Amino acid sequence: MAIEVALLKSIPYFLGLSTAELEAIRKYVFEQAVGKNDMILMEGDPANAVYFVVSGAVKVFKTSVEGKEQILCILRPGESFNDVAVFDGGPNPASAIAMTPVLLYGINRANVETILRDYPNLAANVIRILSKKVRHFVSLVEDLSFRHVTDRLAKLLLEYATDHGTVAGEPGARPRLTQQEMAAVVGTAREVVGRSLKALEEEGAIRMDRHRIVIVNKKRLEQMSGVGAGSG
Amino acid sequence: MLVKPILDEALCNGCGLCVDVCRCGALVLVKKIIKIIEAEDCGYCTQCELVCPTGAIQCPFEIVIEETIEIGPEE
Repeated sequence: MAIEVALLKSIPYFLGLSTAELEAIRKYVFEQAVGKNDMILMEGDPANAVYFVVSGAVKVFKTSVEGKEQILCILRPGESFNDVAVFDGGPNPASAIAMTPVLLYGINRANVETILRDYPNLAANVIRILSKKVRHFVSLVEDLSFRHVTDRLAKLLLEYATDHGTVAGEPGARPRLTQQEMAAVVGTAREVVGRSLKALEEEGAIRMDRHRIVIVNKKRLEQMSGVGAGSG
Repeated sequence: MLVKPILDEALCNGCGLCVDVCRCGALVLVKKIIKIIEAEDCGYCTQCELVCPTGAIQCPFEIVIEETIEIGPEE
């Protein structure tokens, strides 16, 4: 399928470029269709191209040596990834996987340099996009390094379950919280809440039971959240 | 009745990302608006909520305490 100028226009990287300019840039763009759950990039591999999501959703993540995953961002149509590696010449800083069937546009590193040289107006777009990414990652670093998100999440779960007097198996009105709401309450990103819930489950403090978060070890949660810390 | 993700049709922009990410085929687009079918297959993985760009899907959790016999930390 040919690269469509109309689709290029919808990508923030190319904001403000004329149709004639996009027509000229089009020859540098390649298309890549990726199946659901297929890896697009592997962390540490040489970076060959910057990619733009045309359709579908892409998860960008890092994996620890223990196999724990930290989502860095979920990318939707119009958004780009692997820009940093293409601009600084280093390897892919993170892995990327297709969450759905994905259509990507890509531009090889050498061609990115050519385009930026020929269309310097594009540089302002790139700076804006990279700045937005830096802001997102700075916020994520803050969450991951300075805050004990898991401990605060433990406190939130305890408070919610306790305040509303809910016991598994008992009927009645129960408070329900989305992971986004939990993130807002403990002051973190939804991506971090997902990982923290997994951590609590691995600790044996909770059990994810479909739409229920079951507190199976209340004492452990209390220890983590600092409730009753003086008891022992 | 099985608890399902909550859909806000007014917020749905018909992008279909949730349909594509759904592991069990429980979501479909009908006239560009999201609907749930065969909800008994839904494992509540929350991926649809995660990819939704407009907040049209919510997967809220009940938070409950399991009634267990207290076991002392050590003998």
